[in-house]
Amino acid sequence: MRLEYFEMIDRVVSLDRDAKRIEATSTVPQESPVFEGHFPGHPLVPGVLLTETMAQASGYLVLGLMGFTHMPFLMAVDKARFRTFVGPGAVLTVQAQLEHEGSGYAVTKAKILAEGKPICDAELRFRIMPFPEGMDGQMRAQAKRIGLIREAADA
Amino acid sequence: MGPGGGIVRNQSLQESGVMSSTFETVAGIISETADIPREQITPESHAIEDLGIDSLAFLDIAFAIDKAFGIKLPLEQWTQEVNEGKAPAEEYFVLKNLVARIDALVASKQA
Repeated sequence: MRLEYFEMIDRVVSLDRDAKRIEATSTVPQESPVFEGHFPGHPLVPGVLLTETMAQASGYLVLGLMGFTHMPFLMAVDKARFRTFVGPGAVLTVQAQLEHEGSGYAVTKAKILAEGKPICDAELRFRIMPFPEGMDGQMRAQAKRIGLIREAADA
Repeated sequence: MGPGGGIVRNQSLQESGVMSSTFETVAGIISETADIPREQITPESHAIEDLGIDSLAFLDIAFAIDKAFGIKLPLEQWTQEVNEGKAPAEEYFVLKNLVARIDALVASKQA
């Protein structure tokens, strides 16, 4: 997890096409400028970045299921709950489940666990659009970095 | 749009029970999702021009309609048809027309 670069997912553990579910893992860094402000002397991962982490797992799920034909953009966050604190070094399990595939949009339910305990959960909605110029290649490169493309090929 | 006109339209709607119940569900969804007073929503309302619903709010409404009726509103196809001039936007965004399309999608799902 590289907070400053919004690389929230380290590795995709599984992509289940039939169940329309993804599981990924990510380790919170020991140090980050984010922790210098949030909060001085009391480092905590901000809720918005946990939301982004759930959104990225969901986004990779949609990308993988659609075969990288379209790009999901976060458009709504519903029922977000942050149940406990997350600090440096925490090993996170990020899960996302496709709840509904609409016409031009998709809905997921996502959650993060640490040591089996629920950290946060939310219902997320994405607008599904054609890739903006050049973004296709970038997303494929990211997906390869985290092992999603290999997972998609295996499935 | 006077209040008298609304009453007449509601009465004519109630003659067809299915249309009325679908309209009531859709109007309830729009009222709740877009925070529009229920009494402002009539079968003749244009979702965008009369009710001022933007594209994000319309997707909220579409999701609620998809869930409520177990269908998938073909929004991408509709958008394309309107953009290409093949269909006027009223075909989809005036609520009585939207309701008729929902009823058709529900009927084709059951068939």
